[in-house]
Amino acid sequence: MPEASEAKVRLAAVNQNPSSARDLLRIVIVGHVDHGKSTLVGRMFHDTGSLPDGKYESIKAMCERRGVPFEWAFLMDALQAERDQGITIDTSQIWFKTDARDYTIIDAPGHKEFLKNMITGAAQSDAALLIIDAAEGVREQSRRHGYLLHLLGIRQVAVAVNKMDLINYEKDQFDLIEQEYRDYLTSIGVTPTFVIPVSARAGDNIVTPSDAMAWYKGPTVVKALDSFMPNAAPVDRPLRFPVQDVYKFDHRRIIAGRIEEGRFSVGDEIVFSPSNKKARIKSIEYWSTVPGKQAPTEASAGESVGITLDEQIFVERGELISHVEESPIETDVFRARIFWLGQEPMTKGKSYRIKLGTLEAPVTIQSIESIIDTSDLSNTSSHQVERNQVAEIVIRARRMLALDEFATAPRTGRFVLIDKYDIAGGGIVSMEGYADQRGLITSRSTNITRVEHGVTAEQRTFRNGHKGGVLWFTGLSGAGKSTVAVALEKKLFDKGYNVYVLDGDNVRHGLNANLSFSPEDRAENIRRVGEVAALFARAGVIVITSFISPYRSDRDRARQASDKDFHEIFVKADVATCEARDPKGLYKKARSGEIKDFTGISAPYEAPESPELIIDTSALPVEESVAMLVNYVETKFKV
Amino acid sequence: MDRLDQLESQSIFIFREAFNRIENIAMLWSLGKDSNVMIWLARKAFFGHVPFPVMHVDTEKKFPEMYEFRDRYSAEWNLNFIRELCPPLDTIDDTLPPAARSAARKTEGLKLAIKKHGFNALFAGIRRDEEATRAKERVFSPRGTTGQWDFKDQPPEFWDQFKTDFPPGTHIRVHPLLHWTEIDIWLYTLREQIPTIPLYFAKDGKRFRSLGDKDITSPVASTATTIEEIIEELRTTKISERSGRAMDHESEDAFERLRADGYL
Repeated sequence: MPEASEAKVRLAAVNQNPSSARDLLRIVIVGHVDHGKSTLVGRMFHDTGSLPDGKYESIKAMCERRGVPFEWAFLMDALQAERDQGITIDTSQIWFKTDARDYTIIDAPGHKEFLKNMITGAAQSDAALLIIDAAEGVREQSRRHGYLLHLLGIRQVAVAVNKMDLINYEKDQFDLIEQEYRDYLTSIGVTPTFVIPVSARAGDNIVTPSDAMAWYKGPTVVKALDSFMPNAAPVDRPLRFPVQDVYKFDHRRIIAGRIEEGRFSVGDEIVFSPSNKKARIKSIEYWSTVPGKQAPTEASAGESVGITLDEQIFVERGELISHVEESPIETDVFRARIFWLGQEPMTKGKSYRIKLGTLEAPVTIQSIESIIDTSDLSNTSSHQVERNQVAEIVIRARRMLALDEFATAPRTGRFVLIDKYDIAGGGIVSMEGYADQRGLITSRSTNITRVEHGVTAEQRTFRNGHKGGVLWFTGLSGAGKSTVAVALEKKLFDKGYNVYVLDGDNVRHGLNANLSFSPEDRAENIRRVGEVAALFARAGVIVITSFISPYRSDRDRARQASDKDFHEIFVKADVATCEARDPKGLYKKARSGEIKDFTGISAPYEAPESPELIIDTSALPVEESVAMLVNYVETKFKV
Repeated sequence: MDRLDQLESQSIFIFREAFNRIENIAMLWSLGKDSNVMIWLARKAFFGHVPFPVMHVDTEKKFPEMYEFRDRYSAEWNLNFIRELCPPLDTIDDTLPPAARSAARKTEGLKLAIKKHGFNALFAGIRRDEEATRAKERVFSPRGTTGQWDFKDQPPEFWDQFKTDFPPGTHIRVHPLLHWTEIDIWLYTLREQIPTIPLYFAKDGKRFRSLGDKDITSPVASTATTIEEIIEELRTTKISERSGRAMDHESEDAFERLRADGYL
């Protein structure tokens, strides 16, 4: 076959300035195993005259030695094991050029077993060419690879429907495959630039337009590659500059890293997240021996640079630098879509280390929301994620992390998970239903000095006859928090306790009237209630708070405010029970979609891990619940 | 940023990751064009310093011009320079073909040097476009306790997150130039005015494209006497870069076997 081809050699014109570098685009070739990825690459190299001298002959010799027909795969399958077994094990790269630009062609294995190698190859690319066998049609890995390309952030995709010679170059069958695959790609948010009917073996529509398929009016594969745009560095986005290291080789203390997004200038005020320390950029450090080259005064996305600051603050690797406005999200919990590559399955409750930019921190898998079948995008639930599966999960960290949503800032909204010594998975961040906690932990007050009270806590306890404290009720809407709270308040009052109920709807009339139901405002609502409850407790009162308070982070912050006087009471009833009660008709509205982000239905409820007391209202009548609580108060709040 | 700026920035990023994450790392200096660019990039990454040892594993069979270059620039670039000698040839497996045996001697010298200094990792200036098994390499490439490369099960590497956690006894090769091509090396050498060994320029119609031991490295036909002319030549040539390196060609998998055993 290659002998027969009248190669239209398209060696790149070399009439340009020899000392200037040509543009480079990295293309990954993906698709189901045996759909002809390697053959297409071989054909492209051959027909453009890009093979080194003797390469064709040496591949021929390798095939003869093994007694197999000529096999282009041997161009990139360099390992003996690959050649002997006729399968691509690991990703490889090869260089190629057209008149327009230079290309790095990345070959990615199509076999499911080598998904980690496919991802390794694909993640390095600017654009992708997806190969589908015309005779076999769209297969499992055709879909999975399309899905993963999108998840990896690759937005430019062209499709080659290969082996058209096997279906007699028929347009009708091509149209069916094109439609099926376009529908799939559209459903995951990918629009292919071109879908091209080709025969890699015969050379149709690879470099030269096909005579056998005159019905096809679109570009050849090589033309389609030339139509891809180089990925521009995201210089016009908010600054994201992770600290990679801090050096002190000489008198300078240099903060080094690569700018992932945005730009900065000398003199800019910057903030380090999550430490929230601020400083100004004093200089951009630079080493060069080229005479007359000055240190730059500004830098932008893609550059590896170093800076010094106007004041000596302690910062370390892992902090994320931004401008003060447009800073990244701070949170200790977020949603993620992940692909799992680990030898061991990912399991709920297990701890891993996350690498997010240059930051490393321990995290726990709080929940596995669903496993996504990449062939039909259906969801199933499971307590673990197997190797090569894609899943939606919720991750919790033990400390605050600085990050972005992948949809707005891909480079700081993606991460890997480490299991023991190995990268076991990768994922992208979504904050859907979760709050940016930056506002909650940023103190804007300055020049504050605490005043000592003239009355001690012991004096208050002695006069009241009991200690002050917080009974923090948490549970689903309809679990019975308010009912139990009000009944308990009455009972304790009658017994002579100073007691007061803080209820959700009541505080939103006054103290929190300026807050909406956005995740951030909900978190702020709880923060304020936590602080007010702490003041009540210090005043010697027993305060009962009655809020769904679905997030662990919010409740932990409330606990910090009251410290040892905080008692978390889990008012427990499952969703079905609460929905059957539905005292305010809210579940009905949530089911119909009238209320969005409703806890338990369309927003998460994170049950307490170790509450001081559990009141199971689906099993206990109100009176018994109250009695249990009275008993608890009498034991814990006595003088 | 143009292509060279992007390549440079990526290499600097790799240098800084490795220097931060791995204790006791050193750089291999083969004295060739690639490792000279590598030293240059390290100085960029660390603001004029090379904060780790730079080691030459010496076969004592290099060209005199290479030794002159080494002695001059190890001083001029203020390197923490280490020279280690390879063991005598008669201690190496005599069933190997001559060039492979010579390469195996270098691998042995390398292993001894790593052991002697207790290096956990080495920066090596290999590139994917040099040779087909190198095209399958990772930037952070783990080796077994005896230096062997398990190319059938390499770690995943994406989004610039490298494997930086290893059980004790693992040795790591870090490849800051893996994504560069031969032309990139020369374009950068030209732009940055990096000193170059004269053997790369044509003399009597021949020049060296790749430098190795005197006895197993041969020059290619060329008229290129300047870097600009080398770049011009590389844009049209169809001869592969390592065609003058004998150990690559003794059998189909000669180089794979060398690399699996710990060769660069």
